[in-house]
Amino acid sequence: MDNSIATPIAEYIAGVILKNPKRVIRPDEKLISSGLIDSFHLVDLGLFIEDKFGVRIDDSELNAETFDTLEQLVALIASRR
Amino acid sequence: MTTFATVLAQHYVGAADRPAIHLQFARRDDVTLTYRDLVCGAAGFARVLAERGIAPGEVVVIILQHGEPLVYAFWGATLHGAVPSILPPLTEKLLPERYRKDLAALIRVTRPRAIVTYAEFAPEVTRAANDVGGDAPQVIVIGEVVPTEPDFAALGGMRRSPQDIVLLQHSSGSTGLQKGVALSHRAVFNQLDAYAPAIGLSDRDVIVSWLPLYHDMGLIASFVLPVLRRVPLVLMSPFDWVRAPARLMHAVTKYGGTLTWLPNFAYNFCATRIRERDLTDVDLSSLRAVINCSEPIYHSSHQIFLQKFERYGLRPNALATCYAMAENTFAVTQSEIGRPIARNAGGGIGNAGQVSSGRPLSNVRIRILSEDRRDLPEGAIGEIALQSDCMLSEYYHRPDATAQAFFEGFYLTGDLGYVLDGEVYVTGRKKDLIIVGGKNVYPQDLEQLASEVPGVHPGRVAAFGVFNAEAGTEDVVIVAEAESEDVTEREQVAEAIRQHITRNSDVAVRRVVMVDARWLIKTSSGKVARSANKEKYLAQLCGGEASSSLPERG
Repeated sequence: MDNSIATPIAEYIAGVILKNPKRVIRPDEKLISSGLIDSFHLVDLGLFIEDKFGVRIDDSELNAETFDTLEQLVALIASRR
Repeated sequence: MTTFATVLAQHYVGAADRPAIHLQFARRDDVTLTYRDLVCGAAGFARVLAERGIAPGEVVVIILQHGEPLVYAFWGATLHGAVPSILPPLTEKLLPERYRKDLAALIRVTRPRAIVTYAEFAPEVTRAANDVGGDAPQVIVIGEVVPTEPDFAALGGMRRSPQDIVLLQHSSGSTGLQKGVALSHRAVFNQLDAYAPAIGLSDRDVIVSWLPLYHDMGLIASFVLPVLRRVPLVLMSPFDWVRAPARLMHAVTKYGGTLTWLPNFAYNFCATRIRERDLTDVDLSSLRAVINCSEPIYHSSHQIFLQKFERYGLRPNALATCYAMAENTFAVTQSEIGRPIARNAGGGIGNAGQVSSGRPLSNVRIRILSEDRRDLPEGAIGEIALQSDCMLSEYYHRPDATAQAFFEGFYLTGDLGYVLDGEVYVTGRKKDLIIVGGKNVYPQDLEQLASEVPGVHPGRVAAFGVFNAEAGTEDVVIVAEAESEDVTEREQVAEAIRQHITRNSDVAVRRVVMVDARWLIKTSSGKVARSANKEKYLAQLCGGEASSSLPERG
């Protein structure tokens, strides 16, 4: 897993979405199907990724089918850069 | 005699080729249903109900995603004379076991004769139905509905009376699902007769909505009203909208939308989540009214919405407000369309600057009642009670809840507010109810869930909502007494509570606070006192993020 992608995303999820910067996001932890990231914050995550990495995730891809864990998300971003 | 079916029959004759609903999808082109399409699809579904032996007057629960089958199932049930009740489908975060449990509880009270759903979800629904035992409802899998030419003379819906129940509306959670608001044909038509002039509805209007059909604002204002009144409707899925809120603006632009209803949080959400690059070619100048409804209304939310969208043609006077509830079919009050919304000018009564919800509809009488149910004078805050010709017939199969809800023929809303110069201002709630993102959530459901987590003192939990100005809605806060004093263990319990509630309810919990034993304030009868604990939380624990329990609405 590319940590230059994973670390900023994990920090964003813990600090901005969960408002708990100390929270560790494990690479294989379920993010969407667990409700950790709710639907109102999926669009935030999409915008963050677009701004930070220049990779656009279409709104129809913001679901657990496309990515549900940090490592899946990192792989998705890496494949599009 | 006017009923849903007789009106559909008139549309079929008089407006067959007119567009009724433009359905929008994330991965499909728009589908336009004319009134002919709508009535024939509904007739096809009514035939399915007849073949399955469903009798007029029996309840049919509909659990379907956005799309043609949902439209056909709802209107088809009314053509058949059955009583539809639309429930939300299982979402990816919700545990199937919880969904089943809540559904089983609803079945026990409501006793539907059928549940309509899609093939993938049928096993789940069948298990819930079987859990109930006894006279379990049939599960009807909706595949392709075969549109049928309607034979109105043979349709059971044509023989319903105006006082018969036409639909049920439920709110979410274990508590809400067991209290179905039963509305008669007459109540719905009386609501439309009063509400249509209040919003100046005409055949030049186009209603645009992303709202779910299992809430009154979506079902009545943005589905039943346009279809019965021949006003074209542009309808998208709430799941698609929340992932791409600019879809609403593009739908208004494409179809010349004139009216839309939004809960307060959506103003903040649209203003902060939509990027300029996603608004290319957007033109909102066709909008006559954007109506804020279903949760507390904040002037600041209107301001940021206007700042964002005025350059795209949104007119300041398009902003409007409404106070509504399923128990009155929908609207109770409405601000005057095209005019600035009244605000409390101060002078010692209520909160200066607070936004009015408008004046009562022509068929609604409002009383403001004290704790001991005496009428309060103008400007005094008390419980809002209302009487109209569009109130619920009953909470379905719940004579106990129905009896409790009324006083001298007035429905007790559980909301607090006051009347000033004829305008109704809603200030808060008497009932412990959390409204988050437009959804009503019962705190007792969340407290019960938190109590199920190991490491929590059962019954020593308080759930309440705290206003989040950035989001324009409430955040759910859980305060729980921990059995352990160990910090790490407490963090684990807090995380377990968060997960357990998130996966077993409609809300995603952000803030769980673990406190020492005996921290929570109890009432003399030994119950956890929610409002007192909320005050204590705000004073001691929330770290200055919210300085007041009753933020100024203004």
